[in-house]
Amino acid sequence: MRLSGKDLRCVRGGREVFAGLGFAASSGEALAITGPNGSGKTSLLRVIAGLLVPSDGSIALDGGEAELTVAEQAHYLGHRDALKPALSVLENLSFWRDFLGGEADDAGRCLTLVGLDHATHLPAAYLSAGQRRRLSIARLLVARRPVWLLDEPTSALDTKGQDLFVGLMRDHLANGGIVIAATHTPLGIDVREMRMGAAP
Amino acid sequence: MTALSALIRRDIRIALRVGGGALIGVLFFLTVTVLMPFAVGPDLALLSRLGPAILWLGALLASLLTLDRLFTADHEDGSLDLIVMSRTPLELACAAKALAHWLAAGLPLIVATPALGLLLNLDGTATVAVALTLLAGTPALTFTGMIGAALAVTLHRGGLLLAVLVLPLSIPVLIFGVAASQAAITGPMSFGTPFSILCALSLVSFVVGPFAAAASLRHGLD
Repeated sequence: MRLSGKDLRCVRGGREVFAGLGFAASSGEALAITGPNGSGKTSLLRVIAGLLVPSDGSIALDGGEAELTVAEQAHYLGHRDALKPALSVLENLSFWRDFLGGEADDAGRCLTLVGLDHATHLPAAYLSAGQRRRLSIARLLVARRPVWLLDEPTSALDTKGQDLFVGLMRDHLANGGIVIAATHTPLGIDVREMRMGAAP
Repeated sequence: MTALSALIRRDIRIALRVGGGALIGVLFFLTVTVLMPFAVGPDLALLSRLGPAILWLGALLASLLTLDRLFTADHEDGSLDLIVMSRTPLELACAAKALAHWLAAGLPLIVATPALGLLLNLDGTATVAVALTLLAGTPALTFTGMIGAALAVTLHRGGLLLAVLVLPLSIPVLIFGVAASQAAITGPMSFGTPFSILCALSLVSFVVGPFAAAASLRHGLD
């Protein structure tokens, strides 16, 4: 499986964020997008996720399921947690499992994997920032997607949580997955770095 | 189908929990209808003549009150991004969200109608007629209102915009809803004609609403 983009150009609010950008990542490979604030890391991830329409260029996933788009085969872990404060931890996760569909895993087991099994029935409103992040990470596990698009994935995580996440990324890569992460801090796994230009 | 039923169940659950907003609509409906007899005065004949219109206006404003959160809540916490990315067509997801909103916020209005009809001096037939027209007409309010909610999603304080966008679309529903109720109470028109048009308006909104909302959500993403 190979995810690639070529000649990507993104314009937001009349300002060109990047142009002529290309990237590629194969199965088992992690790509770290680095660069200063405002250099377009998040925009690039959102373009890959299909949430922003590039004004030029194309993205392709070779070797994926032909009838699905790239976005439908990807997980997007953004700044916002996509959690409902009124629902419990387990209800939040079970919803995403049922809604995302595809190859699904048991929600309780995934909560154990991210270390939230003690808080299963707690409303998400009472979670700390780190716990919210752990719950979002559990979403990556509960429905299988070959491509992980991660935006500052380790922010708010404690050291133990970061180690745990490194392990989960390793497993994902070992299973032939692809990780593309926008980050400022080293991810702790073998990555290929792609540096985006300075903010104009 | 699991995806859609999961979405419907989640939205209903959120709406019914504390701070969810489903009951706010009913409370508003209750307040408007209870205050109206005090404003109009103790003229029972006038009250029963105005009754259907008051109930319909209350229901219309109550559904507007809760509609603006239909997509903004999901947009603010990032859920909308994931819904757009998912394997479920966005049109169906929009329809499921509107259905959930109607079940949680629209249906209670109809359930409350018989009790409120008593306050407005409506007899049995009239109450049944109003409840029936609300049952046929409120889905149209939700499904057309969804278009405005989707357009307002990227704007902060989109509530007022929602009202401006949606109210013109809901005028036909209001006209035929009240006309059908009045026809059942006083005649001379038959109940069937305006009621059929009301049902037709609902059916059209089922088709147009989800597509228009999905299109505006796709364009509104940033």
